[in-house]
Amino acid sequence: MFPPAPNPPIAPTPAKFGEKDLIRKSASSITPASPRQTEVAKLIDVSKCIGCKACQAACLEWNNLHEEIGTFNGSYTNPPDLTPASLTLMRFTEWVNPETDTLEWLIRKDGCMHCEDPGCLKACPAPGAIVQYSNGIVDFVHENCIGCGYCIKGCPFNIPRISKVDNKAYKCTLCSDRIAVGQWPACAKACPTQAIVFGTKDEMKNWADGRIKDLKSRGYQNAGLYDPPGVGGTHVMYVLQHANTPQIYAGLPKDPTISPVVEIWKGVTKYVGFAVIGIAAAAGVLHHLVAGPNRVSEEDEENAEKLTGSDRT
Amino acid sequence: MSGKPYDVEKGDGVHRGHPVTVDRYTLAARINHWITAVSLILLALSGMALFSPQLYFLTALFGGGQITRAIHPWIGVVLFFSFAGLFIRFWKANLWKSEDGTWLRRIRDVLAGHEERLPELGKYNAGQKFVFWGMSFLIVVLISSGIVVWDQYFYPFTTIEQKRVAILIHALAAVAIICVWIIHVYAAIWVRGTIGAMTKGKVTGGWAWRHHRKWLRELVGRRTTRTPAE
Repeated sequence: MFPPAPNPPIAPTPAKFGEKDLIRKSASSITPASPRQTEVAKLIDVSKCIGCKACQAACLEWNNLHEEIGTFNGSYTNPPDLTPASLTLMRFTEWVNPETDTLEWLIRKDGCMHCEDPGCLKACPAPGAIVQYSNGIVDFVHENCIGCGYCIKGCPFNIPRISKVDNKAYKCTLCSDRIAVGQWPACAKACPTQAIVFGTKDEMKNWADGRIKDLKSRGYQNAGLYDPPGVGGTHVMYVLQHANTPQIYAGLPKDPTISPVVEIWKGVTKYVGFAVIGIAAAAGVLHHLVAGPNRVSEEDEENAEKLTGSDRT
Repeated sequence: MSGKPYDVEKGDGVHRGHPVTVDRYTLAARINHWITAVSLILLALSGMALFSPQLYFLTALFGGGQITRAIHPWIGVVLFFSFAGLFIRFWKANLWKSEDGTWLRRIRDVLAGHEERLPELGKYNAGQKFVFWGMSFLIVVLISSGIVVWDQYFYPFTTIEQKRVAILIHALAAVAIICVWIIHVYAAIWVRGTIGAMTKGKVTGGWAWRHHRKWLRELVGRRTTRTPAE
């Protein structure tokens, strides 16, 4: 068993990280914090999940969020998708393993992956609305959010949701407020089977190794860790029984990267666009300096007067 | 002289005098133009604020980021309908004519201001037609791609991948339309006597003789041949 989640401190505890520990800030250039804090990670072991939704309930409770009463859609997945209130969601997939012809119930806790290279942050136009701490947490700063939804376009995992109430984007914070005072995220604290554990990224990788060995010894040949390199690794990782086909876990992308369209939009388009506009304006100024104004001459006016017969009146 | 007007528009007219004055735009056309112009400028400012972090400060002009994000698409709607009005007014006179090809081939003379070497032109020259059709095309592209990324009302109708492509197209089309706008404004400044057409609605006879002689001839011909019976 992994050492259990610590209980909260009794005395007030200063936050372990804050503004000074930022390594990335949306639409701003900052000098990254140095030295970097130890990277943290949440490990979600799908093979240990029993689908109790304690994590979902704990998330709502800790963040003081209230999900609307919804409708039944023929699945245990409820609500049917992430919402501005449901920052995490258990996605249930009934999958028939073609090798064994047995039904496997794949339950993946969906939510922000806290990418090392966050697409949301890259796409965000509002300075300081999305920040990344040196411990790897990607957080939304709601007072700076303008509700444009660019983060949704930047995210390779389809995670952020815009609230219809305040037009701001919401997603899992990794309980940055709890982690700052040495606590585990609320979902991990609530998990009854330790399917969710929390620690440094290295600890989590080591712990995952043990779990993967165990799964392999029990016939899950393709068991593995989901820590996709296309986004520089993530600070929420999965242990999957079938890590070779992550798509079967309710569409977990196999090799997520920031979309090249987003890279072009946020990269070359900006520089080339302003260069072209600048050249157009400069060409105008230059032309005026060289060619001078195009003036109507006296002769032109006289010709017009002749044509209209004004000269005869 | 009878038959279909070559490209004289409603409200165009010529008045004898020193100098001769020529009515080019009606009051309604001018109001229509300036609503479009103000919308385009506001759209460019708010759009660039959201496009580049270096220009994010422009959101202050609109009352902050949230309001800029909310108002930009609505200004786009105003521009679309306002421009549609201009399109209906001007499209006919902007159809391509044979002399436009000649004009384009002599673009060096155009830029050098050698009007005497250019063919006689109707109400618009090929450059003005390029601005007109460029604006028309880009506005259609901008409103269509803009609606795809107007998440507040249209989020469920497209996939995220489609929205990514739409926002890239929107940004590219915006850069293009700003360039067309620069050409439009510069040409109006460079060719002296033009701006009055959109402020007072009138130009001088000399201006029309120099730049749009065919149009002027047609106006004069129409006036002088008009009989009381008409």
